[in-house]
Amino acid sequence: MSNFWHWTVIILVVAHIIAYLWLLFATSKKKVDKREDNTTGHVWDGDLREWDNPMPRWWLWLFVLTIVFALGYLYLYPGLGNFKGSKEWTSTDQFKTAYEANTEARNRSFAGFIDKPVEQLIKDENAMLIGKRIFSNNCALCHGSDAAGAVGFPNLTDNDWNWGGDYETIVTTITNGRAGVMPAFAPALGEDGAKQVAAYVRSLSGISHDANLASEGAQKFGMFCAACHGADAKGQDLFGAPNLTDNIWLHGSDAIIETALYEGLNGNMPAQKDILDENRIKLVAAYVYSLSQ
Amino acid sequence: MIDFNDKIVKQFTIATIFWGIVGMLVGVLIAAQLTWPALNFDIPWLTYSRLRPLHTNAVIFAFGGNALLGTSFYVAQRTCQVKLFSNSLASMVFWGYQLVIVGAALTLPFGFTQSKEYAELIWPLDVLLTVVWVLYAIVYFGTIATRTVKHIYVANWFYAAFIITIAVLHIVNNLAVPVNWHLSYPVFSGAVDALTQWWYGHNAVGFFLTAGFLGMMYYFVPKQAGRPVYSYRLSIVHFWALVSTYMWAGPHHLQYTSLPDWAQSLGMVFSLILLAPSWGGMINGMMTLSGAWDKLRSDPIIKMMIVALSFYGMSTFEGPMMSIKTVNALSHYTDWTIGHVHSGALGWVALMTMASMYSLVPRLWGRDGMYSTNLINVHFWIATLGIVLYIASMWIAGVMQGLMWREVDANGALVYSHVESIEATYPYYVIRLIGGLLFFVGILIQAYNTWKTIKGDKSESAVAGSAAGANA
Repeated sequence: MSNFWHWTVIILVVAHIIAYLWLLFATSKKKVDKREDNTTGHVWDGDLREWDNPMPRWWLWLFVLTIVFALGYLYLYPGLGNFKGSKEWTSTDQFKTAYEANTEARNRSFAGFIDKPVEQLIKDENAMLIGKRIFSNNCALCHGSDAAGAVGFPNLTDNDWNWGGDYETIVTTITNGRAGVMPAFAPALGEDGAKQVAAYVRSLSGISHDANLASEGAQKFGMFCAACHGADAKGQDLFGAPNLTDNIWLHGSDAIIETALYEGLNGNMPAQKDILDENRIKLVAAYVYSLSQ
Repeated sequence: MIDFNDKIVKQFTIATIFWGIVGMLVGVLIAAQLTWPALNFDIPWLTYSRLRPLHTNAVIFAFGGNALLGTSFYVAQRTCQVKLFSNSLASMVFWGYQLVIVGAALTLPFGFTQSKEYAELIWPLDVLLTVVWVLYAIVYFGTIATRTVKHIYVANWFYAAFIITIAVLHIVNNLAVPVNWHLSYPVFSGAVDALTQWWYGHNAVGFFLTAGFLGMMYYFVPKQAGRPVYSYRLSIVHFWALVSTYMWAGPHHLQYTSLPDWAQSLGMVFSLILLAPSWGGMINGMMTLSGAWDKLRSDPIIKMMIVALSFYGMSTFEGPMMSIKTVNALSHYTDWTIGHVHSGALGWVALMTMASMYSLVPRLWGRDGMYSTNLINVHFWIATLGIVLYIASMWIAGVMQGLMWREVDANGALVYSHVESIEATYPYYVIRLIGGLLFFVGILIQAYNTWKTIKGDKSESAVAGSAAGANA
C-alpha cells in the first residue's frame, strides 16, 4: 500500500490503543463526590439509579492483557500497514510450507508402491486406500461416492467403457479429460427419422420398441451412426462412442435417445492434470481400474 | 402528567411477538430441511437457499428490530420524562418498518436478492428502509433533545449508537447502481466488497444485536430488579470501548481469504480486545442484582434476564476465540459458526427481548403482572433447554466437520470426502431441530400469555396472589 495508507493504518491503530488505555485509567482514577448511598445521584424514571462502584480489577487487567497481546502480536505478525512483522509470516508462505510438507509426505509414502505394475498396485491395500480417498474428494461429485455414476455420468464399476478400460487409457482419460460429442442429426434424419433410429437402437438392446419403426431405422443407422458406433453398434473407444447393444445407458433409454439423435449431446470429463499430479492420477486410475476387476 | 405515546410501543410489542413467531417458524422449517431435504416439496420458494435469508431477516430485523424500535421509544420517553418528539412521524416509522418487512417476505422467497449476507434486500427496499430509519432517528433524537432530565440515561447511549451506526452501515454497504427495479450492482468489487460486507455484517452484530439490546438491558434489568446499575464508570468505559472496537472486528470473517494479511491480523487482535468491553455490559447487568440475588428464585423474568446475560458473556468470549487465526482455520465454514450465532441470537438477543416484553407488557396495558407467572417459568425452562440443545449440537457438529475436512492421512491424502462429513452431521441436525422447536414453542407460550394479559384475564395463581415479583 502507499505510504499514506501505511501511516494511516499505523496511526489509527496506535491512537486507538492509547485511547483505550487513557479511557481505562482516567475513568478508574476519577474521583466522584461520594454520596451516602454510593450512587451517582442521578435518578431517572422514578427509580433508575447508578452505583459508583469501581470497575472490577480482574476485568480491568483482562482489558490490559488483551491490549498487551495485541501489541505483541502486531510486533510479530503483519498488521501495522506495510510492516511485515518480525517473523515475516505470510499466509501465502504458510500455505506453501504446508503444501510442500504434504507433497513430501505423499512422495515418501508413494515410493513404496508407485512403480508397481497395475495388477500389483490394485492388490496393495495402502495404494487402494489412497486411490479411494483421492476419488472421494475429486471424482465422487459426478461419478458418485460408490462410483456407480448418474444420468450423464458413467458408471465406473460395470466394465462397460466408452473410451477404453485398460489402465493406461484410464490414466489418459483422467489426465487430459474427454469430450464426448454426439452430433445433432436433425437435418439428416428429421423428426421421423430420429423416431425410427431410436426404435432401432432400442431393439439392439432387446428392450420394447416399435418393430415397424425399427426396421425403417436400421438402414438409416447404417448410413449415419455406424461410422462411430460401428456397423454392429458395439461402439468404438476411439470416438468414445458407446456400445448400443448392452442395455447400459449413459443418458437413459427413453425419449432421450430421440432427443440425442435430433439435437446431439455433449459429454465432458474435465482434465485433472492441473489438479492432481502424475502419481495421484496413477493411484486414482488404479483404483478406478480395480472397481471393475 | 406527561402524555407518553404508549400506543406506538404497544404496536411494536405486538409486531415483535408476531414476527418472532414467523421468523422462528421459518427457522424450524429450514432446520428440518437440512435433515429431510424433501421438505422443500420441490417448490422453488420453499427451498433452503431462499428461506434461509427470510429466516435471518425475519428474526434479526423483524423480531429484533421491532423490539428495539418499540423499547427505544418507551425508554426514551420514560428516562427523558418527555413525550415522543412526533407521534405522526413515529407512526410512519412503525408502518414503514412493517412495509419493509412485508417487502422482504414478498421478495426473498421468490429469488429477488442482493446476495449480501444480512443485506439481502433489493435496492428499492433498501431505499425505503433508509427513509424509515432517518425518520426513526428524528423521532428518537428529537425526544432526547427535548428531555426534561439533565443527564442522558445509559440505555439511551446504546440506543443512540445503534441508530447512528446502523444508518452508516446500511447506506455504505448497500451503495449500488440499480439496473432495473430489482437488480443492482454494488459499487465495490473483490476483496474491497468482501471487507465492506463484513464490516457491515459484524457491526450489524455489534450495533444491532449488541448495542441495541444492551440499551434494552440497561433499562429493563435495573427496572425489573429495582436496583441501581452496578457501576457508572464501567458503563462509560465499556460503552466507548465497545463502540470503537466493534468497528475493527469485521475482517475476522475473512481469515485466510484473499483479504491482505495485515487486515486479517487487525481483525483478529481487535476482536480479542473486544472481549473486555463486551463483558463490561454483562458485569454491569448481572452485578445490578448484587444484594438482591433472591429475586433469581422468585422472579422468572429476572431469571430470564440473567441467563440472557450469561449467554451474552459466553458468546462474546467465544467470538474473540473464534477470531484467532488458528482457531478460525478449524471453525470457519462449519456449523460451529451457526452454534455461535445462535448462542448470541437465542441466548442473548431473544431471551433479553422476551424478558423485557414480559416486564413491559403489564406496564403498557396497565396490569398488575403477566397473566401467568407459571407460564413465564415454563417458557424460561423450555427456551433454555432448547438453546442448550441447539448450541451443544452445533458445537459438536462444527468441531467434527472442521476436523474431518482437514484430516490428512500419513500418505498425504484427505481422509474424508465432503459428503461423509454431512452424513456424520445428521444426528446433530436432528438435535438442533429439537432445540429450535422447543425455542419456538417458548414464544408461542409467550404469545398466549401476552394475549391473555392484554385481554385482562387473571390466572388462578395471579388471583391467589402468588405472582409475587412478576412485576415490580
